[in-house]
Amino acid sequence: MSFIEYGDMIKEGDTAVVFLGHESMFPVKVQHGGKTQTKYGVIRHSTDLIGKKYGSKVTCSKGGWVYILYPTPELWTLNLRHRTQILYSTDISLITMMLELKPGSIVCESGTGSASLSHAIIRTIAPTGHLYTVEFHQQRAEKAVEEFEEHKVGHLVTVKTQDVCKNGFGVTNIADAVFLDIPSPWEAVGHAKLALKHEGGRICSFSPCIEQVQRTCLALEEHGFTEITTSEILLRVYNVRTISLQIPDLGKADGNSSTGVDGGNLSNEGALCPNLQQETIQFKSGVPLKEMVGHTGYLTFATKNLF
Amino acid sequence: MEASPRSPSPHVICEGDWAVLKRDDVFKAVAVVKRRKIVFEKQWFCLDNAIGHVYGTSFEVTSGGSLQPKRTLEEMNPETKEAGTDNRNIIDDGKSQKLTHDDIKALKDKGIKGEEIVQQLIENSTTFRDKTEFAQDKYIKKKKRKYEAVITIIKPSTRILSTMYYAREPGKINYLRYDTLAQMLTWGNVHAGNKMIVMETCAGLVLGAVMERMGGYGSIVQIYPGEGPVRAATSCFGFPKTFFDTLSEFPLSKLASILSGTFSLTSLPSESEEKTPVAKDKNGSGDDKELSIPEVDMECSPKVAMESGQPEDQEIAGFASDALDDKAKGTTYDKQKKQEEKKRKLIAAAALLKNKDADGLIVSSRFHPTSLLLLLLELVAPSRPFVVYCQFKEPLLECYAKLREKGGVINLRLSETWLRNYQILPDRSHPKLIMSGGGGYLLTGITVKNESINTSDCLDEPSSKKRKLQEHH
Repeated sequence: MSFIEYGDMIKEGDTAVVFLGHESMFPVKVQHGGKTQTKYGVIRHSTDLIGKKYGSKVTCSKGGWVYILYPTPELWTLNLRHRTQILYSTDISLITMMLELKPGSIVCESGTGSASLSHAIIRTIAPTGHLYTVEFHQQRAEKAVEEFEEHKVGHLVTVKTQDVCKNGFGVTNIADAVFLDIPSPWEAVGHAKLALKHEGGRICSFSPCIEQVQRTCLALEEHGFTEITTSEILLRVYNVRTISLQIPDLGKADGNSSTGVDGGNLSNEGALCPNLQQETIQFKSGVPLKEMVGHTGYLTFATKNLF
Repeated sequence: MEASPRSPSPHVICEGDWAVLKRDDVFKAVAVVKRRKIVFEKQWFCLDNAIGHVYGTSFEVTSGGSLQPKRTLEEMNPETKEAGTDNRNIIDDGKSQKLTHDDIKALKDKGIKGEEIVQQLIENSTTFRDKTEFAQDKYIKKKKRKYEAVITIIKPSTRILSTMYYAREPGKINYLRYDTLAQMLTWGNVHAGNKMIVMETCAGLVLGAVMERMGGYGSIVQIYPGEGPVRAATSCFGFPKTFFDTLSEFPLSKLASILSGTFSLTSLPSESEEKTPVAKDKNGSGDDKELSIPEVDMECSPKVAMESGQPEDQEIAGFASDALDDKAKGTTYDKQKKQEEKKRKLIAAAALLKNKDADGLIVSSRFHPTSLLLLLLELVAPSRPFVVYCQFKEPLLECYAKLREKGGVINLRLSETWLRNYQILPDRSHPKLIMSGGGGYLLTGITVKNESINTSDCLDEPSSKKRKLQEHH
């Protein structure tokens, strides 16, 4: 198992994702003799997991079953232990594309936080790229290093414990892209410029508040960045439902059909329930969730040019 | 390989490169060819002078169509800081500008620099000084955009090309907005080393995006409808030839035979015959606009040819035709070689598909997705992500229901993203007036072993897997 390379079999030391059902899953570290409790009973790693294929159904002790999934950065983002507020895959997707990340890219990031974005970056820039990530919180930095090793991507990432606003990224003129998710990104813009390659590169800053964006944009302009754009991406998820709507009883006019709904127009005539007083029409709909995430942060992108 | 002679640095604009022209927010992909006129935003020019400059350099078009590098964009007259506070006394009498249309045209004809024209317009505007500081700023920006044509030459990327296609030719890519494409790449876990299946009718843009993310590592099988895959947009990326070594294609119409195990190489000769007319068509068409990609001629020309004659060709200028004619004519030997190559690729693609162990599936086409997906998912290994794009929500609702019914997939999610762009200026920050009304819908999920399969069977030898799949049909 590695976050950057698929494998078929579940092995000792792997991080696997236990999928219990809709929106309910958690990561598990596979160990000989290990046991994991679920609401369907216990999973014994040695017999239930090791040697099986990812994507298999595993029957738990109480007879219920779960699926065991291969870990991807997207599943990890949904399941990791939060040490900070994290970036989710919707924003991560746009960041990755707009920073033009690809295999071989050299990326600087700060702060590391819970390493949700870090895992996605590493996945994208492997096997020849490198991530330099800066986190001034000692404990968070250590935890991130531990995770990277556990996920077998340690060779692709360097974690530095320092204040990016004061000390920068610790590298100069090597980055293709810089990502900032810190409270005062405008203080790090100069360091970001220094970290980027001579020939130029891309930068992105994530901020929840418009005032932060305002200051960041000013700083970017002062440092000669171009193509400064700010956007916001919102995810809308739809539940797929079959809906029945009742046909109103409009009373009977003599000689006319009763309902006023032309049967020929119905996409599915079988859906019309005759005989009953209340006739209904069924259709499939994508129903928006009652509540959705309305704001995560503004994403400001810019380009460093040679001049 | 016959790719253009590489410059010492990939950051330098070279003859034979694919580059993107940018003016404000308008993009256009072009092949860098000497002595070739290009039309962009109502201007004619040649790229000769741009060769040797670094990507990201801005140019000004001078008379005679040559490009002059423009370094820093100096801010205009910061000393004239005279401004009004409100517009209570500004009357729209249509007479505030003392220069007439003819005067302005005369200035332009004289070849006067754009910034000087803007300066003249300001000086001859009676209301400029009464405008608020913000209004002055806006006025200058507007005039600059019109009279100071600055063209920046940038390197192609998924970011640039997907933005360009969505703005210029959304119909060609089924209205797939760039942020939706970004979601597809992420949710498909597209990365180096993957074995991907891509089925698209987005001019090859989605394929190009997948290729960029895989960086030449792993393999891609492109499933194509009709005669051959369309890769007009793919060629704009300017990928090195090595990237195409990992790419093969397989006809959609032969997929069922792969699944039933009846696909055989004996069916190949007819296959190649049926392709010959396409090749001829390509050779016959003297159309130079799209036939342009020297480094990828083998795989790309037939598909590119399919696109020629379509309006898009106007958007993407290609190489000079004379350079190509030699190649296009080709000898019989060349034709045979290509035929062989095609056959080899088809066999390779079939072999990849037969294992039914792909690491991911990306579908983005103009076709109804349900039947495509039910078939293609058979070729994907368990515990792998898949992503289906559709411009409309309704077909994905059906697809969702059918997949649920069939099983073998979990974590199904129907989603859409909204993208809002902002104007950020001191004291003038707000969302942009116009936002995109829609960029399509995605159905994502993860494959698992189908439920009807006996779970007690832990030994998953390939043979047993095959047997199970057969039992299924």
